[in-house]
Amino acid sequence: MDFQLSETEKAFQQKAEQFVLSAMPPGYTDRCLYWPGAYGAILEFEERDPAIDRFRERMGEEGWLTMAWPKELGGGGHSFIEQAIFAERLSYHRAPGTDISTLIAAPTIMRFGSEEQKKEWIPRIIKGNLRFWLAYSEPNAGSDLAAIQTTAVEDGDDLIVNGQKIWSSGAHIADYAWMVARTDMKVPSHKGTTLFIVDNKTPGITIRPLINIVGFHSFNEVFFDNVRVPKKNIVGEKNLGFLYLMVALDYERLAIAIGGFRRQFDELVKYVKGTTRNGEPLSANPSVRRKLADLAIDIEVAYNFFFKTAWMMDNNQMPNIEASVLKLFATQLSRKLASVGTEILGIYGQLEHDSKYAPMRGQYSVGYLDSISAVIGAGTSEIQRNIIAQRGLGLPRK
Amino acid sequence: MDFKFTAEEEAFRQEVKDWLKANIPPRWFELTTGYWQETDESWKIARAFQKKLGVKGWLAPAYPREYGGADLGHIKRLILAEELTYHNAPVGVETEITVNWVGMALQHFGNEQQKKDYVSRVAKGDIVFCLGYSEPNAGSDLASLQTRATEKGDEYIINGQKIWCSYAHYADYCWLAAVTDPDVPKHRNMSMFVVDMKTPGITVRPLINILGCHSFNEVFFDDVRIPKENLVGEKNNGWFQLAVALDFERSGVQTAAGNQLLLDFLVGYAKSTKRNGRFLSEDPALRNELAEMAIEIEVARMLCYRIAWIYKTGGHSNYESSMAMLFGSELLRRMTDVGMRVLGKYGQLMNGSKWAIGQAEIARSYLASLSIGVGGGTNEIQKNIIAMRGLGLPRK
Amino acid sequence: MDLGLTEEQEMLKKSAQEFLAKECPKKLVRELDESDTGYSRDLWNKMAQLGWMGLSFPEKYGGNGGSFLDLTVLLDEMGYNIVPGPFFSTVVLAGYTLLEAGNEEQKKEYLGKICTGELIITVALTELDGTYDAASINTTAKAKGDGYVLNGTKLFVPDANVADYILVVARTKKSANPDDGITIFIVDAKSAGVKYTLLKTLARDKLCEVILENVRVPKAHIIGNLDKGWSVIQSLLKKAAVAKCAEMVGGAQASLDMAVNYAKERVQFNRPIGSFQAIQHYCANMVTDVDGSRFITYKAAWAVSEGLPADKEVSIAKAWTSEAFKRVAVLAHQIFGAIGFTMDHDMHLYFRRAKAGELAYGDADFHRDIVARQIGL
Ligand SMILES: Cc1cc2nc3c(=O)[nH]c(=O)nc-3n(C[C@H](O)[C@H](O)[C@H](O)COP(=O)(O)OP(=O)(O)OC[C@H]3O[C@@H](n4cnc5c(N)ncnc54)[C@H](O)[C@@H]3O)c2cc1C
Ligand SMILES: Cc1cc2nc3c(=O)[nH]c(=O)nc-3n(C[C@H](O)[C@H](O)[C@H](O)COP(=O)(O)OP(=O)(O)OC[C@H]3O[C@@H](n4cnc5c(N)ncnc54)[C@H](O)[C@@H]3O)c2cc1C
Repeated sequence: MDFQLSETEKAFQQKAEQFVLSAMPPGYTDRCLYWPGAYGAILEFEERDPAIDRFRERMGEEGWLTMAWPKELGGGGHSFIEQAIFAERLSYHRAPGTDISTLIAAPTIMRFGSEEQKKEWIPRIIKGNLRFWLAYSEPNAGSDLAAIQTTAVEDGDDLIVNGQKIWSSGAHIADYAWMVARTDMKVPSHKGTTLFIVDNKTPGITIRPLINIVGFHSFNEVFFDNVRVPKKNIVGEKNLGFLYLMVALDYERLAIAIGGFRRQFDELVKYVKGTTRNGEPLSANPSVRRKLADLAIDIEVAYNFFFKTAWMMDNNQMPNIEASVLKLFATQLSRKLASVGTEILGIYGQLEHDSKYAPMRGQYSVGYLDSISAVIGAGTSEIQRNIIAQRGLGLPRK
Repeated sequence: MDFKFTAEEEAFRQEVKDWLKANIPPRWFELTTGYWQETDESWKIARAFQKKLGVKGWLAPAYPREYGGADLGHIKRLILAEELTYHNAPVGVETEITVNWVGMALQHFGNEQQKKDYVSRVAKGDIVFCLGYSEPNAGSDLASLQTRATEKGDEYIINGQKIWCSYAHYADYCWLAAVTDPDVPKHRNMSMFVVDMKTPGITVRPLINILGCHSFNEVFFDDVRIPKENLVGEKNNGWFQLAVALDFERSGVQTAAGNQLLLDFLVGYAKSTKRNGRFLSEDPALRNELAEMAIEIEVARMLCYRIAWIYKTGGHSNYESSMAMLFGSELLRRMTDVGMRVLGKYGQLMNGSKWAIGQAEIARSYLASLSIGVGGGTNEIQKNIIAMRGLGLPRK
Repeated sequence: MDLGLTEEQEMLKKSAQEFLAKECPKKLVRELDESDTGYSRDLWNKMAQLGWMGLSFPEKYGGNGGSFLDLTVLLDEMGYNIVPGPFFSTVVLAGYTLLEAGNEEQKKEYLGKICTGELIITVALTELDGTYDAASINTTAKAKGDGYVLNGTKLFVPDANVADYILVVARTKKSANPDDGITIFIVDAKSAGVKYTLLKTLARDKLCEVILENVRVPKAHIIGNLDKGWSVIQSLLKKAAVAKCAEMVGGAQASLDMAVNYAKERVQFNRPIGSFQAIQHYCANMVTDVDGSRFITYKAAWAVSEGLPADKEVSIAKAWTSEAFKRVAVLAHQIFGAIGFTMDHDMHLYFRRAKAGELAYGDADFHRDIVARQIGL
C-alpha cells in the first residue's frame, strides 16, 4: 500500500492544475454556486454558456475528456488514478467536469454499441461539444425504474415514442436524450426496455421547465408525443436496455465532484479565520473548531473512498458497491457540510446568495437547499443502502 | 397545563426519599450491583428489601389493597419508580417481571383461585417469577415459539427450550408461553402457564452475560408435568394475553431516572477533576455534550410522564410507550458514550480496578446499555410499532 | 401535573386550525413570501378581529387577558400553517417588551393599538456580530437637548419594512459591564434618518438591515429605565425563544403529517413507500422528535406563563427544538424524493423556516451553553 502520490503523479497533478486554471473561463470559479454532491445549482444545467462549451472543447482537444480511455479508441491511456487526480483538480476549481456524454454515453456505446454507432458518436463526444440529458425517471418510476411506462413502438425503420419523463436535468440545454422506454409491454420491464438516443430537435418533444427549491431551472418535464426515432439510434440490443442502464448507473455514482468538498471547506476555514464575533476570532471558538475538524475528517474519508474506486479500476476491478458507498457517503457529507457550515456562519447562514451580507457569496445557504437533492438524485440514500446491504453484504431480499 | 407536582405529591416524594435512605442497607452500595450484575449476596439483600417494600405496599403500588398493593394513583407510582431508580434501590428486572408483567396478567386473566394463590404473594415480595417467552428461534418473532404443552389427563406435559430467562436460577415460578394446539395458525395456538420451578424435568443452565455475570439462563423442559389448573386464562388464548400484557401501564420512567443518575455523577466528576491544570467542567466540548444529555433527559422524562398522564386521564397508551422506551434506551447509549469521553482513558476501567472512577458505573452501564428489552421488544420493533400502530403506515 | 390543554385552549386551537386552513392557504404564503411587504392587510385585520393580537395581553389594554401559554397554542398552529407577517414581532417582541417595561401611558397607547391590530411594531436588537449578547450592542444613543440621537446599524430586524414603530436597543453608556448602559427607545419608523433594506433570507421572512443615522428620539420615548434595558431584553429573549419553539413545533408537525400522508400514497416497487422499513423508521424518528419538542416547549411556555425562573426550561426547549425541526424537515424531504425538491411543492417552505427558527433568539450551541451553567457546570 502507498497512500502518497508518486513523483510522476504529483507532476501530473500540477499539469492538470495548470490546465484548469488557464483554460477555465475567467471568473467562473467565483460565479459558480455549484454545491458538491448536489444537482440543483449546476450552472451548466441552467443555461448553455458558450464559454463553457469552449472550455469543454479544449478539454476535448487536449485529450482530458478521454484521458483514461484505451489508446486504440482515441484515448490517452492514462491511469484511472490520474484521471481521478484531474477530476479532483477540476472540481476543486468548480470547473465543469465529466458529463453524461463522457461518463455514461461513451462508455456504454464503446461497450455495447455497434461499429457504426461508435463511429457516429465517439468522435463527437471526444470533441467535447455534445450534450446529453438522462431520460430515465418518470412520474411513477423514480427509485423503481422498472415501472417506466413510456413506450417505443417499432414502425418501419423508426421507433415511435410516447410518454413522459420527469426530473430531466438540463434537457432544455442539451442536444440529445439518452433514453429508456418500453419496447415490449408483455414481458417484465427488465426484459422489455430499450436504450436509445433521441435528438432534442425531433418534432413531438415538449420540454417544460421545473424550478427547483434553490430557485434554479435545472430540471424539466419532457413530453413525447409520437416522436419518431430512427432505429439505428438504439444502443446495443433491443430489449436489453435495462442491463446497460444498470451498468451505467455505477459510472454515474462514481462521478462525485470530490474537489468541490475541499474547496468549499477551504473557503469556510478562510472565512472563519478572517471573522471576529463579539471581538473574538471565530477560529478561537471551541465549538467552531470542533465542527471544522470533524468536517475535515469526513472529507478525508470521502477522498479515500473516491481514490479507492480509481485504484480498483486500475487493477481491473469494477467498483460496484464501492460506487454506492462513495455515492452514499459523499452525498450525506454534502448535507452535513451544508448543515454544519451554516451553523458555523450563525445568523448569517440564512442569507441567500444575492444578499450583500451573505458570507462566501451565500454558497452555504445554497448548499443548505441544494444538498437535499444530493441524497435523492442518481439513486436515493435508501436505495444505495439497499444495494450495499444486498449486493455488497449478501443480505437476503426476503 | 401544569407541569408541576402537587404539594401532596411532593410530600410523597419526600416520604419515599426518606424511607429509601433509611431502608437500603449500606452493604448494597458496596456491592456495585447494577442491572444484570446480581450475585448470591446481592440477591439476598434485594429480596429482603423487596419484602420490606412489599409491606409498605410499594412493591406493587398499582395493585388494589386487597391484593397487598397500595392502590397508588398513576402519578405517585411514577414518583415512586423515579425515586427507586434514582436511589439505586435493590429492585430490578425481577420486580418488573414479577409485579408488572406476571402479577398484572394474573389479575386480568387468572381465575379467583389463581389470584388468591399468587397475586398477594407477588405484592408482598414473597415470590419471584421468571419469564419463559424467548426461545432460540423465537425472539422478536415470539409467535414462532415451539415449546409444547400437551394435555394429558389432569396435566399438561411440557417439552421444549426457553432462553434468556433472567433470574430463572433464583425464581420460584416461571410464567411460560407454550404451544397448546400445533394444528392452528400462529397467534391462536398458544397458552400461558404458571410453572413451579421445582417441578422435576426442569433444567436451568447459566448463560454469562456481557458484564461477566450470571443473570440469564437457558431453561430446558423435559416431560415436565404440571397440573391443569396452572393454565391461566383460556386455552389457546395466550397470544392475546401477551399482547394485552404488553400494554399494561409502564411509564418507563426508570430509564430517565437512571440516565439522570449517571449525568449527575458525571457533572460531579467534571466539576471536581482537573486535567492539564483545568477542571473538566471548563472544557467547552464536554460542557456542550453534558448539556445535551441534560436536555435529552428532559425529553425522555416528558415522554414517560405522558404515559402516566394518559392513564390518569382514562386513556390508553399505545405507540407512546414504545416511544418512551425507544428514546430512553437510545439515550442510555448516548449517555454512556458521553460518559466515556468525560472519563477519558479511565472510562475503560472496570470495577475492582483501583483506578476505576467511582464504582465504574459508566463502564458497567456502557455494557449494560446494550441489553435490549425483555419481552418489550428491541428498538427496531419499537420503531415498527410507532410507525404502524402510531402513524398508521402500511405493513405491505 | 396536567399535560392537556384546557377546554378554552382546545377551542382556540381548533378555531385557529379552521381559520388558517381557510384564510392562509399555501398560495397566499407563497405570494407573501415573494412580496416586499410579506404580509396581507386583509389577513392581519381578520386576525385582529379574532382577538389574536391581544390574546395574551391584559384586558385593561384591550387584550383578552389570556396567558403566554394560550399564545403558545396559537403560535403552534401559526407555525403549522407558516403564517407570514409581523405577528411575531408585533405581539411577541414588541408587545411583551412594552408590557414588561412600558409605563402606563405607553402601554395604553402602543399595546392598546397592538391589540386592535392598528400598529405593527418590531424590535431592533442584533447588530453586525449577529449574536444575542449585550456586548454586541454598539448602536449609540447620545443625549442631546430634550432627547437622544441614535446612530448605528441593526441587522436581522424582522419586519422593519412594514413597522410603524421600531423598538431600538441602543447603548446609552459605555461601561465595563456590557449589560449596563443599554436603553430601549421606541422610534417612529418614519423618522428622518431611519433607513431599512430587506435582506434576502432562506425563509424569505423579511429580516432587514436598519440604518439609524442621527435619528432624534424624544426622552419620553424611552421604554423602561435609562441604562437598564438589558434585563428587559433578557426576559424578552426567553419569551421569544419559547414562542419561536412553538412555531417550530407546529412546523415540524406539519412536515411530519405531510410526509406520512405521502408515504401512504406514493407507490414504488408495487407497494406504498411507507411500507418500507427505512421509511417507517424515519417516521418513527420524526414523530419522536415532534412529540419530544412539543412537550419541552410547552413545559417552558408553562414556566414562563407561571412567572417561574424558566431559564433552564427555555434553553432546553430552544436547543432541542431547533435541531429537532431540522431533523424532521430533512427526513420529510428524504421521503418526498425529487418532488420535494421543486419550488411548487410545499416542503421547502418548512425546510427554509427550520433554518430561520434555529437561528432566531440563540441557536442550539448558544442555549446548550446556558443549560451547562444551569446544571452546575
Ligand atoms: C435534482 C435532481 C436531478 C435529477 N435529474 C435527473 C435526470 O436528469 N434524469 C432522470 O432520469 N432523473 C433525474 N432525477 C430523478 C432521480 O433519479 C429520482 O428522484 C430518484 O431516483 C428517486 O425517485 P423519486 O424522486 O421518484 O422518489 P421515490 O422513488 O418515490 O422515493 C421516495 C422515497 O421512498 C424511498 N424508497 C423508494 N423505494 C424504496 C425502497 N425499496 N426501500 C427503501 N426506501 C425506498 C426513497 O428512498 C425516497 O426516500 C433527478 C432528481 C433530482 C432530485
Ligand atoms: C439482558 C436480557 C435479558 C432478557 N431476559 C429475558 C427473559 O427473562 N425472558 C425472556 O423470555 N426473554 C428475555 N430476553 C430476550 C428478549 O426478549 C429478546 O432478546 C428480544 O425479544 C429479541 O429477541 P432476539 O434476541 O432473539 O433477537 P432477534 O429477534 O433475533 O433480533 C435480532 C435483530 O433483528 C432485529 N429484528 C427482528 N425482527 C425485526 C423486524 N420485524 N424488523 C426490524 N428488525 C427486526 C432486532 O431488532 C435485532 O436487532 C432477554 C434479553 C436480554 C438481552
